[in-house]
Amino acid sequence: MIKKILRKSSLPALAFVLCMTVFASAAYAAGAKVPPPQQHWPHKGVMGTYDLAALQRGYQVYREACASCHSIRLLSYRNLQDIGFTEDEVRAIASDYFVMDGPNDEGDMFERVAVPSDRFVSPFENDAQARYANNGALPLDLSLIVKARYGGEDYIYALLTGYAEPPEDVEIPDGMYWNRYYSGHQIAMAPPLMDGQIAYSSGRSASVEEAARDVTQFLAWASEPHLQQRKQIGVKVLFFLLVFAVLAYAAKRRIWADVH
Amino acid sequence: MAASKQKKSGFQNPVIRWIDDRLPIFTMMDKEYGAYPTPKNFNYFWNFGAIAMVMLVLMIVTGVFLAMSYTPHTSMAFDSVERIMRDVNYGWMLRYLHMNGAHFFFIAVYIHIFRGLYYGSYKRPRELLWILGVLIFLLMMATAFMGYSLPWSQMSGWGVTVITNLFSAIPFFGDAIVTWLWGGPSVGNPTLNRFFALHYLLPFVIVGVVFLHVWALHVSGSGNPSGVEPKTKKDTVPFHPYYTIKDTFGLTVFMFVYMAVVFFAPLALSHADHFQPFDPLVTPEQIVPEWYFLPFYAILRAFTMDIVFPFTGWITDGGIVFTAKLQGVIAMFGAIIVLFFLPWLDKSPVRSARYRPAYRWCNYLLVVAMVLLGYAGAQPAEGTMLWIARGATAYYFAHFLVLIPLLSRYEKTLPLPKSINEAVLKDKEEAQ
Amino acid sequence: MASKKDDETQTRRDFLNLTVGAMGAVGIGAAMVPLVDSMNPAADTLALATIEVDISEIEVGQTRVVQWQGKPVFIKHRTPEEIEQAQADDNAPNLTDPEPDSARVQKPEWLIVVGVCTHLGCIPQGSKTGQPRGDFEGWFCPCHGSHYDTSGRMRAGPAPKNLPVPPYEFLSDTVVRIG
Repeated sequence: MIKKILRKSSLPALAFVLCMTVFASAAYAAGAKVPPPQQHWPHKGVMGTYDLAALQRGYQVYREACASCHSIRLLSYRNLQDIGFTEDEVRAIASDYFVMDGPNDEGDMFERVAVPSDRFVSPFENDAQARYANNGALPLDLSLIVKARYGGEDYIYALLTGYAEPPEDVEIPDGMYWNRYYSGHQIAMAPPLMDGQIAYSSGRSASVEEAARDVTQFLAWASEPHLQQRKQIGVKVLFFLLVFAVLAYAAKRRIWADVH
Repeated sequence: MAASKQKKSGFQNPVIRWIDDRLPIFTMMDKEYGAYPTPKNFNYFWNFGAIAMVMLVLMIVTGVFLAMSYTPHTSMAFDSVERIMRDVNYGWMLRYLHMNGAHFFFIAVYIHIFRGLYYGSYKRPRELLWILGVLIFLLMMATAFMGYSLPWSQMSGWGVTVITNLFSAIPFFGDAIVTWLWGGPSVGNPTLNRFFALHYLLPFVIVGVVFLHVWALHVSGSGNPSGVEPKTKKDTVPFHPYYTIKDTFGLTVFMFVYMAVVFFAPLALSHADHFQPFDPLVTPEQIVPEWYFLPFYAILRAFTMDIVFPFTGWITDGGIVFTAKLQGVIAMFGAIIVLFFLPWLDKSPVRSARYRPAYRWCNYLLVVAMVLLGYAGAQPAEGTMLWIARGATAYYFAHFLVLIPLLSRYEKTLPLPKSINEAVLKDKEEAQ
Repeated sequence: MASKKDDETQTRRDFLNLTVGAMGAVGIGAAMVPLVDSMNPAADTLALATIEVDISEIEVGQTRVVQWQGKPVFIKHRTPEEIEQAQADDNAPNLTDPEPDSARVQKPEWLIVVGVCTHLGCIPQGSKTGQPRGDFEGWFCPCHGSHYDTSGRMRAGPAPKNLPVPPYEFLSDTVVRIG
């Protein structure tokens, strides 16, 4: 029997599965230096979905704590409707910002109030200005940050909560901060969150951990806005293929019944 | 004459008959995919040719629709891909199908190639069939590499930079060739533009070569796990419905795994740096090619020592140097070129590894070597990893250039069954 | 007896094959949906479906051309004579696509129409001073000679319909939202 299995070549098949696994893990081995602790996220897992209330709070944290330096240029104000803001609320949020438009009939550029179809207004005109205003460090665009970092949500959360006093033997230059999870531990970003800094609409003020958790979820959504639709369609597709595979196998057995 | 014509198109449907009398595509389809006598003892490894063909079509179809929303310009490429992900209807699905489709296309093709190696599918009279297959593999690698550049991310830009720089190893003309490839002094918009043009073109070239590949297959007939050619009608079954249904089942299982990745882990085989726009001033901490290139990438990096030819100091300063870079490039391309010669390296009259015990173990070792190379390719080229890569590289070439020629002379093979039918009956007996 | 059993197996097999075939066809059909739908207007395109225009600076007798969904929209501040003319022509015999002027405007002094000739999609002339306005003092399409009147109605030439009125709303006396 074993001989037969061997001859039926499941050994090479096994080798291939092994091969794939090794490659996949090898590809992931290249990553952050101090691995961020794993957190539980409601949108993870096969059927996980975004927690809209957390995303809305996360947007508030982004706006109050991050947006003065970090852009999310790939998103539009209208996208906020996807996380539960009403059309009027989105219009009101957009109207806090000005965008350059034009040229008008006289050929001049002019500023106008932003509308929902506009992209999020970036805090700086360009990278050079952003560097200049931040001691030469460039505040990254956050629209894809969760996908653009090994460790994803876990890393972002760990970074936001990973500030601490440097170890005794480490000298930190002026304008730099010590962070446990940042590669090299020296980061130019000042601790962005403080206890009680953000007052949620429920009247409660958020701890660093709460604010970090909420804003991380908001940024995860910003990176992958169609996650829920993707999983919903995925379930249907897999169910279809499963049924189809069973039927195809039955048909195959029938057709082959008279051979051999 | 007239009688034979009437006999030829035995189709009931008058429209089909009308067309077939003028252009016998239905007769051809029936001959090649209907009645085509196929050995009846295929195992599931024989599914992967059909699966690869479906993946090719799927890649072309999703690619054409993606191209409708993509802008091949350095300042807009990244954002246009993100627009596909965010704003285009089902754009995220098309992109995830396409980017993971590349992985699964390669999975199917690697299994297909391994099948060919294991069961000796490259042997007379199928040499040309095998060579066309290797050509498809090469074209696929070129297409995948160019496609990876299109989002113009950090991985795209630096992947292009590193791989095109390989050509600078060519003596005398290297730098000129690299500049020509780039269309400028560095990787830039002309590079992206031509890569897009070629990424769109090459898949259709692949379709053409696949057509020849299948044509050659149907001239020589399919191989089979026993390696014995069909002799009587008992050995074969018509392709339809026997293998259409078996391929359908195998394809569905393959699709299930593929779709599970697309919809539930679309980034499992991706890199974080692929989601940052290309910055020509900052290289990511470590760039790693896609997994299907890793073994070859490891071979490239296994060579680290320049060789100086002695007594050539009078020709150039310091003598003529065979640089490590050039050695690596030659070895990497050589690793694929050697496959073209496989039909003549292996002279053993027995095809299938089933009846070649030593060759069978060599094949497993080759898989191990490829896995090790793949693993080493993803790690920094230093220390133990480097030695592992060197050992595996040595085995890879020894396998094809030394072991296979030796085995084909000295290996003691097992007795072959008299026919496919006999092999099948024997299998059945053993199973009971 | 045996043959009957064979028949049964045969029928069951046919049914199974038919089901597999039908399901495969449905699967491929369903897979076409995202492909085809990806060619429909994307979310960012649809988001630009409305524009707001400040009309306070359009003088009487002038026409402002604004872009809406990639098409020109003519915003014509009509003179009393033009309004009178448009209303008087409500029952003119050469109206290809009869429509009273009152049905084409919300405020008589403001005519807002999509400036795309209903014949083959050219842009009619007449919005700027000095351009030919055709025989009916509205617009004239240079491609195939269609004449539109001061209500944007088709009066002579090959075009089959009047210039269409886009959905719009006066947000105030000076701002109109189109779309």
